Amino acid sequence: MAEVSEVLDLSPAAGEGGTGPLVEVRGITKIFPGVVANDGIDLAVYGGEVHCLLGENGAGKSTLMNILSGMYRPDAGTILVDGAEVQIDSPRVALDLGIGTVYQHPTLIPVFTVLENLVLGQGRGLSMDTKRALAGLKQVAADLGVEIDPRALAGRLALGQQQQVEIVKALWGGSRVLILDEPTSMLTPQGITELEKVLLQLKERGLAIIFITHKLHEALDVGDRVTVLRRGRVVGTLGPEVVRSTSRDELQARIVTMMFGEEAASLAGVAEVRGEVTGHRTARQVSSEVMLELIGVSVEPQRSEIGIRDVSLAVRRGEIVGVAGVDGNGQRELAEAVAGQRSVHTGDVLLAGQSIRHTSVSGRQRMGLRYVTDDRVGEGTVSSLSVATNLILKRIGDGPFWKRGRVCDDAISECATDLVDSFDIRTPTIETSCGTLSGGNLQKVLLARELSFDPRVVVYNKPTHGLDVKTTYAVRDRIRQLAEERQVSALLISTDLEELLDLCDRIAVLFGGRLMGVVENEVGAELEVGRLMVGGDSR
Amino acid sequence: MTENAGTSVLGFEPQIGTPSRWSGWRGSLLQGVGPILLGLLAGGVLLLIVGRNPLTFYGTIVNRGLLSPSGVQDSLTRMAPLLFMAAGLIVAFRANIWNIGGDGQFLMAAAVVSGFGPQITGAFPGGLGLAILCGMAAAAGGLWTIVPAMLRAYYGLNEIITSLMMTFVGVNLANLLIKGPFRSQATNVPQTDVIPKDDLLPVIPGTRIHVGILFALVAIAMVHYVMTRTSFGLRLNVLGANPRAAIHVGIDVRRLTIVAFMISGAFIGLAAGIEILGVWGYVRADWNPNFGLTLFALVFLARLNALATVPLVGFYAVISMGATPPPEKQACLTISC
Repeated sequence: MAEVSEVLDLSPAAGEGGTGPLVEVRGITKIFPGVVANDGIDLAVYGGEVHCLLGENGAGKSTLMNILSGMYRPDAGTILVDGAEVQIDSPRVALDLGIGTVYQHPTLIPVFTVLENLVLGQGRGLSMDTKRALAGLKQVAADLGVEIDPRALAGRLALGQQQQVEIVKALWGGSRVLILDEPTSMLTPQGITELEKVLLQLKERGLAIIFITHKLHEALDVGDRVTVLRRGRVVGTLGPEVVRSTSRDELQARIVTMMFGEEAASLAGVAEVRGEVTGHRTARQVSSEVMLELIGVSVEPQRSEIGIRDVSLAVRRGEIVGVAGVDGNGQRELAEAVAGQRSVHTGDVLLAGQSIRHTSVSGRQRMGLRYVTDDRVGEGTVSSLSVATNLILKRIGDGPFWKRGRVCDDAISECATDLVDSFDIRTPTIETSCGTLSGGNLQKVLLARELSFDPRVVVYNKPTHGLDVKTTYAVRDRIRQLAEERQVSALLISTDLEELLDLCDRIAVLFGGRLMGVVENEVGAELEVGRLMVGGDSR
Repeated sequence: MTENAGTSVLGFEPQIGTPSRWSGWRGSLLQGVGPILLGLLAGGVLLLIVGRNPLTFYGTIVNRGLLSPSGVQDSLTRMAPLLFMAAGLIVAFRANIWNIGGDGQFLMAAAVVSGFGPQITGAFPGGLGLAILCGMAAAAGGLWTIVPAMLRAYYGLNEIITSLMMTFVGVNLANLLIKGPFRSQATNVPQTDVIPKDDLLPVIPGTRIHVGILFALVAIAMVHYVMTRTSFGLRLNVLGANPRAAIHVGIDVRRLTIVAFMISGAFIGLAAGIEILGVWGYVRADWNPNFGLTLFALVFLARLNALATVPLVGFYAVISMGATPPPEKQACLTISC
């Protein structure tokens, strides 16, 4: 039991009005082929503080985290823990030094129980000391104010709960520094509130928390100290005194300037960063021609899904219809049923009045139905193939890229070069493998692929999820432009209500796999949508 | 970088540590040749322990398998079926289909070719008979994959297990055929009738090497071309690299799985056809050269690159023929194993 109490029993030296920083990096530089991810970064992290690392996609936040957690080794620079220089050669070393990491995507083994996941890689013996682990879990959970069933399969837990397990796991060996990479990106609003509570508990115990995010308001909500990264460099740090004593509006203005430079702070897209609620889109005339129609569509759930039941919905020409709802209420099932990736159990899907229920994915593609998936890495792209190949991945075998089954490199590179230009995809060359691109650029690859070659109806699944402000703005602009100028219909699935209010003509709400209602996007729409989102009856 | 964190952790490991050393063709070459050198080194240590000079030992093998006129011809002859089999395995592995059942497909094709060989070569003039037999070999090998292929395509059953199980069935069914309906009445040994030597594949003029090696090289070149330059090859690669992306981009995954599996089996069947029609002329009961598992190592050392299998298969043929003493080798090539 002695060790159990050690789990969160921190030495007084670690924090609490502490003298020196717990962890400090000096001049960290990391170069990847074609990009300097970290360029001479200095950073000091103190106990009892939440230190926010803020920056756009590709600013170098994750690289720095991977260096601290032992996944990458820096090309230059030093790392100090408790004032002593250390070499973090592997994740094991990082853990031994008391640096625990929670990655953005869950790393638990889904078929193992919570307890099994926790003891994995811990003790170095052969046997599993479940009794001790159980007691330890109980204590940590109580300390953090969370409840976790140790016998539950990790894969069955909600993402928020999985994250709590990850936090417990990161703290397991007595970590004093906790790194959280974009911890809110997978969470519901309630999950975020719970996470904030947990962070407060950890702070009180003198832990140093590195909170990586690209969302400004999050940094302001939880951060005691904020460091802004831009293109691999530290552009500035706001200390706790400054954060405490400055008004929120002023802080926002200063950070926006740091993140985007003087000129960018005035960009319209940054308005959202400042927390100004954008207005509802002005009502506009849309044609009465129905382009996409779902008639009583039901989809059988797979594994942990909820499926969809009896969904009826029509999208007219040039119209953007939003689908709101908390993640996991049938959004993916709906999108895949329309795209043809899974079969419709009952009901029918019509494209321009024609049933496509039995049409294959590629057949629907050819008819102008496009699907921008939310799973950019898992199914949207093939990491090992080049950017150019990924750009024409849905046209394999079609002319002019293939002639009688034989590839025409010139046609492909010409098309890819055009798309890279017009969609502003940042890649060293079109032959670079897609796996090396950042999230924002991957999304641009998907958009370039889906929105070229005459789209008629596009299904967007969380199109700006995880993107930085600039890219988000560009993507939304494109969706709007396509609908207004080229009369492309859109089914826009999003968990971001603000985005739906900004873009949509009408907003449908999915809850528990059913369509709760469709709301015209006019004044007061958010209240009605919000009510439907939590399962309220349609009026 | 941010969105990518998950991938950089799991899918992007070459960047961890020293990124450049393993990338590019130099890295591939090192990964292909390195293990072989280490293997030779380990073998050398064992030889030293048992009191032999490794250099003399390896020298003898190279002499017999490569430097002597008859040795090099035997090695080239052995390469023909191995290359066909490598072609077959690459098609499957590239699509992430684990065709473990190569030996079953090989023996089924061997039994069919040797069983019908004498009549068909007798009934059709030279080339046509051989072509029909090769077609039958490909069909037998291909059809023997259909059960695991369908089970994988329609029910998601693991083809490692099903194709392995089909191997046991295939090996025993082939024996049953050879001991039963295909059994020769001319001899007491359980074997098929022998195809007359004149009806077998011709040799390359001036050598003892049958022309199968040329067909095999053509097959390898074809597979390489298809894999790198055609839409079919790209579909296979996408299916192998990311099956969910394959569904997403609209590839007919079921059909492609079955087609790739059957092509794989057909090449393996052709390996058997070429071996029977080029070297043996008949099959004896319980004969099984077990080429399948040997080739696994070779195609992976070649990193599933068809052209790269040629030197590796050549190397294997040299050590396998060079390590067989001449009298046995003679017996091996003319009578039975």
